[in-house]
Amino acid sequence: MKTFGYTISPDRQIDYDRNNKMFRDYLVQSEPTILRCIACGSCTATCSAGHFTNFNIRRLHTLLLRGETKGIKKEIEKCMLCGKCQLVCPRGVNLRNCILEIHHSLEKFEK
Amino acid sequence: MTFNFFVLPFSLGLLFLLVSIFKRFKAWIMDLPPEERKKFRNGFRGPRFFLALKEVFFESLLHRKMFRKNPLLGFMHLSFAFGWFLLIVVGNMESRIYSGLWINPPYYPIFLKFFIHDIHVLPFEIFTVPGFFRFSMDLILVFVMSGVILALIKRSRSNWFGMKKTTQHSLTDKVALISLWLIFPSRLLAESLTAGAFGYGGGFVTQYLGNVLAFLWPLSDKLLAYGFWWVYSLSLGIFFVTLPYSRYMHIPTEVLLIFFRNFGVHPHKEYSAFSEVEVFSCSRCGVCIDQCQLNTDAGINDIQAVYFVQSIRNQQVQEDISKKCLVCGRCENSCPVGIHLDSLRVIERTYYSIHEKTDYSYLPQASARKAEVVYFAGCMSHLTPSIPKAMANILRTAGVDYLFLDEDGTICCGRPLSLAGKEKQAKELLQSNRNLILSSGAKILVTSCPICLRIFREEYNLDIEILHHTQYLLDLVRKGKIPLQTYFKRVAYHDPCDLGRGLGIYNEPRELLQKIADPVAVEQERSGSLCCGGSMGLLTISPEQRDAITRATVELLLKDKPDLLITSCPLCKKTLSKQSGTRVMDVAELLSSSLPVLEGKIVAKNSHNPVFRD
Repeated sequence: MKTFGYTISPDRQIDYDRNNKMFRDYLVQSEPTILRCIACGSCTATCSAGHFTNFNIRRLHTLLLRGETKGIKKEIEKCMLCGKCQLVCPRGVNLRNCILEIHHSLEKFEK
Repeated sequence: MTFNFFVLPFSLGLLFLLVSIFKRFKAWIMDLPPEERKKFRNGFRGPRFFLALKEVFFESLLHRKMFRKNPLLGFMHLSFAFGWFLLIVVGNMESRIYSGLWINPPYYPIFLKFFIHDIHVLPFEIFTVPGFFRFSMDLILVFVMSGVILALIKRSRSNWFGMKKTTQHSLTDKVALISLWLIFPSRLLAESLTAGAFGYGGGFVTQYLGNVLAFLWPLSDKLLAYGFWWVYSLSLGIFFVTLPYSRYMHIPTEVLLIFFRNFGVHPHKEYSAFSEVEVFSCSRCGVCIDQCQLNTDAGINDIQAVYFVQSIRNQQVQEDISKKCLVCGRCENSCPVGIHLDSLRVIERTYYSIHEKTDYSYLPQASARKAEVVYFAGCMSHLTPSIPKAMANILRTAGVDYLFLDEDGTICCGRPLSLAGKEKQAKELLQSNRNLILSSGAKILVTSCPICLRIFREEYNLDIEILHHTQYLLDLVRKGKIPLQTYFKRVAYHDPCDLGRGLGIYNEPRELLQKIADPVAVEQERSGSLCCGGSMGLLTISPEQRDAITRATVELLLKDKPDLLITSCPLCKKTLSKQSGTRVMDVAELLSSSLPVLEGKIVAKNSHNPVFRD
C-alpha cells in the first residue's frame, strides 16, 4: 500500500478484557498499599535511578496495573531500591516492597 | 541391691539424649568450612579454651546477662542451671565416696537415696563432717525448687520478671516444660517419703518433710515413695527424650556456640553451620518480644525474633515473617545468648530474590576531581537538603577544601539492597561508588548518612578514614577550626540505629551537643534507643502501623519537653519530622546555626534555621 510519506501510529487501545490481570491480582494481594497511589509522580521526581536514566516508576505502576507487561522487566532492573520514593510518597505506598513484588511477579508469571 | 526397674526410663532417656547430641554436634562441626574447622580444633589447645570455659560458667550456668536484664529472672535461671549442675557434681561425689568406686552406673547418684538408707555404714559420714552431703544436697534441692516456684509464678506474673509478654510455646515445648517442672518436686517427695518411711537417711528438709508425711499416712508411705521414684525417673526420661526436639536443645547448643565464638568461628553472609548453631541456641526466653517495636507500638505479635528463629528451626519460614522487621538491632542487643538476629533475618530474605536480575550499566563512569576530604551526602540527605547545606556552611567556615562527591545525584550505597536480601546486586552499586571514591584520591571520606557509613565501613574495603559527619565535625571543633557560640536550647538527642547499635558511635554527637546546647536526658538512649520507624530494613507493614511506631518514639523523646529534637541521620530526621510537633534538626544544622557572627557580618547564613533568629 502506498503511504505517500505518512505513517500510522501503533495501536494504543487498552483492552482490559484481553490484558493480563494476573499481575494486578498478585500485586494487590501481596502489597495492598499499591492501590493508594494517586499518580502524583513525587516518586519519579525524586528517583535516584531516574536521575541517570528515564526510569519512571509511576509509568511502570500504571502499565502493570493495566496488565501491560511488555518491556517492564528491562526497566525495573534499573531500580537501586534506595527508598527515596517511599519517603516522599504522600499516600504511604510501600514502594520498596512494590518493586520487590514486581520483580517477584515477573519472575513468577513471565517465563 | 543397686538396681530397680524404675531406673530404666532415666537411663534410656539419657542414652538417647547423649547419642542425639553427639550426632548433631558432629554434623555441625563437619559442616564448618575447612579453615574454620581447623580453628575450632586448634582452639582447644590455646588459652582461648579457658576463656570459653569461663564464658560457659558465667553465661550458661550463672546467667550473668539475665541478671542484668532482671534480678528475679536471673535468679530463676541461675537456680535451675547452676543448681542442677551442683546436684549432678555433688551427687556424683557423694555416690562415688560411698561406693568407693570411680565408675558408677549413671543412675546411681541420681537415685542414691533409694539404694542406701543406713547412715552408720556410710564412709562419707566418717571422712567428712557428719551429715555434710545430706545437708548440702538438701540445700541445693531447695535452691532448685525456688527456681521451679519462680517459673510457675512467671507464667501468670511475668511483669515481676521484667517481661510484659512471654513466648507462646509449641506442644513439644510444653511437654518438655511440664516434665522439667515435675523432676525436682518428685525428687523431693521421693526422697522425703523414703527418709520418712525408714526414719533416717534424709537431710534437714527431706527428713523433716518425710517425718511429717509418715505421720499423716503411716501405712502406705513405702509404696508411695516407690511411686514417686518412678515419677521422678519418668519425668527425667521424658525430658531427656523431648530435649533435642524442644527449645531445651539450647542448653547443650549454647555451650558449643560459646566455644565457636571464642575459637574464631564467625557468622557468614549466607546460612552456615554457625547460623544453624545460633538457631538451636535460642532458648525462646522471649526477652526480644518486649524489645520489638512492631509488638509494642504496631500490634504485630507473631514476627518477633523468637518466632522467626523458631520458624527457621522448623524449616517453614514465611516470606512475611522475614520481611516484617525493622532490622533495628534492638532484639540482637538484648539477646542473652548473643545471636546475630539481624543478619539471620537478612539471610532469610536472600532466598526470595535469588534469580532476580538488575542492570546498573547506566551508572556514570568514575571520574572525580582530586581532593583530600570527600563529602558523600547519600540519597537520604538529598531529601533533607538542609543537612548538606549546613555541612557546606561549616566546612567553608572551617576552611576545609573538600569535594562534594554526590552533589549531582547519588549512586545508592547498596545497603538498602543488601537489607532487602539482594547481596549480589548491592555489590554492583558498591563497585561503582567505590571506584568513584577512589578516583578522587581522598584520604578522608565524610558522610551524613549512617546507612551509607555502615556499608562503607563494613563492605567497601576502602583503605581511607571513613567518618560520620559528627565525628569529623568534632575533630574540627577540637582543633579549634570552628568558632562556636553556645545557645542554651534544651535538646533531646535521638540515636539512629545504624550509627548507635550498628557502629557504636554514641559519644561524638553528644560531645558536640554539649558544646553548643543543653542536652536533656532521654529515657531509652544509646544501645537501648528506639527506632524512628523509617528503617530501610522494614519491607512491608501498613503506613498506619509505621506511623504508630514513629509516634511512640517521638512521644518518648519529647517527654521532657525539649526545645529541639536532635538526631544525626537524615532518614530519622525525615521520619521524625512527620510526627513531631517540635522541630527536628540534625547535629550539623544546629552546629551551623551556632557559628558566631563576626565583625558585624553573618558568617553563617542561618536562613534555613528560623529557630535561632530570636
